Amino acid sequence: MSFLEVRGVNKRFGGLQALDDVNLAVEEGTIHAIIGPNGAGKSTLLNCFVGKLIPDTGTVTFDGQSLLGLKPHQVNQVGVSRVFQTPEIFSDLTVMENVIIPCLAKRDGAFTLNGWSSVDAQADIREKAEQMLLDVNMADKRNMQAASLSRGDKRRLEMAMCLSQDPKLLLLDEPTAGMARADTNNTIDLLAEIQEKRKITKVVIEHDMHVVFSLAQKISVLAQGHVIVEDKPENIKGHPKVKEAYLGGAH
Amino acid sequence: MFNKLDSNDRYMMIFFIIMVLAGPIILAPFGAGYPDLLQRFAIFGLFAIGFNILFGLTGYLSFGHAAFLGVGSYSAVWMFKLLTMNVIPALFLSVAVAGVFALAIGYISLRRSGIYFSILTLAFAQMSYNLAYSVLTPITNGETGLQLTLDDPRILDGANATGDIPSTNLFGLTMNSTYKAELLGMTFQFNVGFYFCAIILILGFYTALKIFRSPFGLMLRAIKTNQTRLNYTGLNSRPYTLAAFVISGMYAGMAGGLMAITDPLAGAERMQWTASGEVVLMTILGGAGTLLGPVLGAGFIKYFENIFSKINDNVLHAWFSFMPESIENLLVGVLHFFVGKGWHLTLGIVFMLVVIFMPGGLVEGGNRIYKSLRRRFGNADETQAAE
Repeated sequence: MSFLEVRGVNKRFGGLQALDDVNLAVEEGTIHAIIGPNGAGKSTLLNCFVGKLIPDTGTVTFDGQSLLGLKPHQVNQVGVSRVFQTPEIFSDLTVMENVIIPCLAKRDGAFTLNGWSSVDAQADIREKAEQMLLDVNMADKRNMQAASLSRGDKRRLEMAMCLSQDPKLLLLDEPTAGMARADTNNTIDLLAEIQEKRKITKVVIEHDMHVVFSLAQKISVLAQGHVIVEDKPENIKGHPKVKEAYLGGAH
Repeated sequence: MFNKLDSNDRYMMIFFIIMVLAGPIILAPFGAGYPDLLQRFAIFGLFAIGFNILFGLTGYLSFGHAAFLGVGSYSAVWMFKLLTMNVIPALFLSVAVAGVFALAIGYISLRRSGIYFSILTLAFAQMSYNLAYSVLTPITNGETGLQLTLDDPRILDGANATGDIPSTNLFGLTMNSTYKAELLGMTFQFNVGFYFCAIILILGFYTALKIFRSPFGLMLRAIKTNQTRLNYTGLNSRPYTLAAFVISGMYAGMAGGLMAITDPLAGAERMQWTASGEVVLMTILGGAGTLLGPVLGAGFIKYFENIFSKINDNVLHAWFSFMPESIENLLVGVLHFFVGKGWHLTLGIVFMLVVIFMPGGLVEGGNRIYKSLRRRFGNADETQAAE
């Protein structure tokens, strides 16, 4: 059985079949990309992994455990972290605090009434957060308010927040969406760098094909809610079905 | 660096304790040094501190916190009627009952956020208010309000020999006894009830400080800034907000209990929506999300309510009597609208100015003054540091 296994997932929104019998198998330690044109159902599929949507039929199994019916925080506690299309960070807090929170969540679970001891007194947490900021080259910005970071740094911070929890699976939803080419390349480098340091299984949702070909070991192409091809990057590029899906060859 | 932060908190705490305990001396020159008003400062300060734990940290704006204030008052008075005039059991019961109420109301209201949450809490508070007036009359004594009577059982206190209604006390130390001291032509009044409230206020402030600096407080601030990220970080926001709601409800209950302790009666009007709105004003005026802000805001509003409202035309004439009569009359005629019964107008203007120009409240104003002073005298500081 694969690390993340999606079997026969269907999801309907009214008259729209957003996901149509989707099957997917992600192997441990690899980067698996899901690409497809706009409206192919990529984000819907991702939302089915994290407890935001519940599929009409089908199963999503992660590490031998079903993810269906779990709330987002429960999915995270199982070991799945998510990076959003637009970085979701705690803008009003400092960079350091942004990283401390996931560390606390990892150590103390979904809820702990720890109202009497000081955050500064949690030596293990501080150390871990500090190390994480060093890893992503943001240690000098630790006392900055997260809202004042550049877009690229916000992405970097969000990545650091996810990584500080040592997730078993990292989901990335269009990590380069709306970025300039230079920023896109930076993000690709960051991802490659992370992959080198820690072999975390990743599922990357991407619109931009350029991003995934340099990263992914395996690519699934989604079109109109259906996986049309699943193969290695080199076989995807010239695949006629993929060209058809992206360029609208039907016409 | 973090040691320094801790010591900053320590200075703030010491400053706070001194200011509160010296309240009767500091406020006497401003005409606010009498026990009744001092007690109100402390009680509403405590109320606002608790409210700020919910509103200031999580951003959930409750419009029904007066319900807990009222519940606290009723509980305390019942304790005086049934058990003993000692204030300790009364205070415990007010906090406990308010906590239970907050748990129930919070559990339902927190299913929604934003304006819907505010409306739900408002609805619950108005419901409590109207119930206290009507159906619950056997418990609340309706319009008259719950009062002490001579034939109350007071099991622990034994038979009442004096024929007077006994006064609230802390193991024999009566709350309404006041020690007066004359100095520099002023009378300083040191009231037991005020000092009891002051000690509770200090403990409440210290607890709030601990919560602000704790992992729990950090999570509450995280809820305010991005709940989505919090959930996807593996944290369940619901119990955090509920805990904050219950804690702030318990603070309100404690404030209500103190109101009954300093003046042993309880009426339904304490639960009215205007009372809920008042604590919102206090917190925003002082600075939501800051530690000192709510206390400052509470003091500011209560001062206005009690002192500004007492300035009438005669007082104004006395102030401006040195001027020619025509100017004097003009000034009095204009200011007439802003003082006395018109104090709400002044408060409204001040509130507008604060919200527009200092969204961080009075605390932000204070910080700005501090920073500009430091900039002006900054060079001196730097040379000192260099030496």
